[in-house]
Amino acid sequence: MIRARGLAKRYGERRVFAGIDLDVERGGFTLVTGPNGSGKTTLLRLLAGLAQPSAGDLDVDATRGQLGFLAHEPLVYRDLTALENLELYGRLYRVPERRERIGMLLERFDLWDSRNKRAAAFSRGMLQRLALCRLFLHEPSLLLLDEPFSALDAEGVELLDRELALRRGEATFVVATHEPLRLGPLASERLALA
Amino acid sequence: MLLGVAIAMVAFYAPLDEDGLNQKIFYFHVPIALTAYACFGWGAWKGLRHLWKRSPGADLESYVAIHQGVIFAAMTLVTGSIWARYRWGHWWLWSSKQLVLFLVLFLFYSAYFMLRFSVEPGPRRANLSAVYAIFGVVLIPVSFLAIRLASDYIHPVAFEPSGPQMSGSQFLTFCVCLAAMLSLFAALYRLELAGKRIDARLRELRELLG
Amino acid sequence: MSGYFADVAALARKDLLLELRARDTLPAMLLFVSAALVIFHFALPAGTGELAGLGLLWVAIVFTALLGLSRAFVAEREQGMLDGLVLAPSDRSAIWLGKALAALAFLALAEVVALPLFALFFSGIDGATVAGVALADVGICSVGVFVAAMSIATRARELLLPVLFLPLAIPVIVGGVGASVAGEPARYLGFLALYDALFATICWASFEYVVTE
Repeated sequence: MIRARGLAKRYGERRVFAGIDLDVERGGFTLVTGPNGSGKTTLLRLLAGLAQPSAGDLDVDATRGQLGFLAHEPLVYRDLTALENLELYGRLYRVPERRERIGMLLERFDLWDSRNKRAAAFSRGMLQRLALCRLFLHEPSLLLLDEPFSALDAEGVELLDRELALRRGEATFVVATHEPLRLGPLASERLALA
Repeated sequence: MLLGVAIAMVAFYAPLDEDGLNQKIFYFHVPIALTAYACFGWGAWKGLRHLWKRSPGADLESYVAIHQGVIFAAMTLVTGSIWARYRWGHWWLWSSKQLVLFLVLFLFYSAYFMLRFSVEPGPRRANLSAVYAIFGVVLIPVSFLAIRLASDYIHPVAFEPSGPQMSGSQFLTFCVCLAAMLSLFAALYRLELAGKRIDARLRELRELLG
Repeated sequence: MSGYFADVAALARKDLLLELRARDTLPAMLLFVSAALVIFHFALPAGTGELAGLGLLWVAIVFTALLGLSRAFVAEREQGMLDGLVLAPSDRSAIWLGKALAALAFLALAEVVALPLFALFFSGIDGATVAGVALADVGICSVGVFVAAMSIATRARELLLPVLFLPLAIPVIVGGVGASVAGEPARYLGFLALYDALFATICWASFEYVVTE
């Protein structure tokens, strides 16, 4: 599903990484590890199409509608409610049976009671759970997750574990983490950035 | 070399009209202006090539062309101002549409550099620069039209500064000047482009070694 | 096709909703334009005609728009939302169109206050001026939102916005002032329509490149 050869990224004078090769099969679960600053986030952004490689070839066999991206930021508008945020994404992603799906996800991530609260009032854990709702809203087949456990509270960790186990094998995952132990059992492949 | 011939021709060959020396400036002023247009047009074209075909060197070529264009535009303003001083007694004429147009373009393309210096080198910067260069080229005729329309309500113009009518030999001199200016642009363009390309290669080599 | 306009509607709605919640941009624009008009009174010595006032009205409109535009992509920039919008499968130009429509709404609201205020302080507003304002608004918002998106990608951010915007706004000022003061405003209104058509088209076609690499 993803094929990369000799991938390199540079920002001005600063070189983030070079010479990365990557093969991700459909249904695979690739773990990207490395210390801070090694370029995990940058690699994910390249895979998502948010940045262009400075060198090398990249082939991602997924349309924007099939791609799910979890970034460091929750990617929600602080001044809109949880419901309004998901409504917006639901429309942009042409999610069928939008209302039902949104309701279901909010319940699954235990945010239903806060659905009419502005995202600005959410705690960090809640924001990350809202981001997860956003992520799964359009049933992406390729999920790119950037340190998904980092901002979660205990409840959220449990919920995410459950989601990942559920979808493992059906969807393709590329997950960046600096806690490889937790996700180790799920991984089918690893990529270590220097 | 062509420039040398042009200067010589202007100085000795072209018959003087009654204004004397200041009219010679005109032989430079208009070709410089036309060359500036050519620079901006070329820059926009290269910008388009970058966006459309992702041509690898196009961004650099676009930048160099616009850089040259700004230099020629500045020269246009200077020579135009000198000509205005000698002919009409003022250093600046709002009634000269050409001059006002170049003022607007100078502002616009100076902003190009501010834009470029404010973004890290990379595909983002190239995209933004290319789009801006294309906007510039669309702005040229629109601004000209605007300036023409503005002159109707700003002040009823008593005189319209235009170039002198040219006789045969004057026209020839003019053409030689134009050719000289364009080849000056071509030469400077190639020079600057080569220099920038060497810079880029050096950086690449440093990367590989470091 | 209907999907595209649905996207634009969703995005425009989002921007209007955000302003409704934050309530910072529109009040600032209203206060700014009112203060500007008062300043103009003190800036026009006796003997300058009524027409000078009309010219200054256009200055006020452009700078009020600039004030509003500087806030256009702030939420996207501060909350990383541009990534969120760019990742969506919708056409990127919908982002520009949605926001331009919202900006148009804000500018129009500011003018609903500014024009009567001007008529009160200075001189009457005729139909040609109103038509000119309407046409100019389209051009200002199209180009302004486009250039605002460019400026947030830079280090200088909002500082760059006036620098990029004002040269492009010169033809709009000419069209607008001409429509207000000239004997036959039709030419100027036609020119504004031309500017709008031309620049809205290139903005629409090239917005994709402003938000992607």
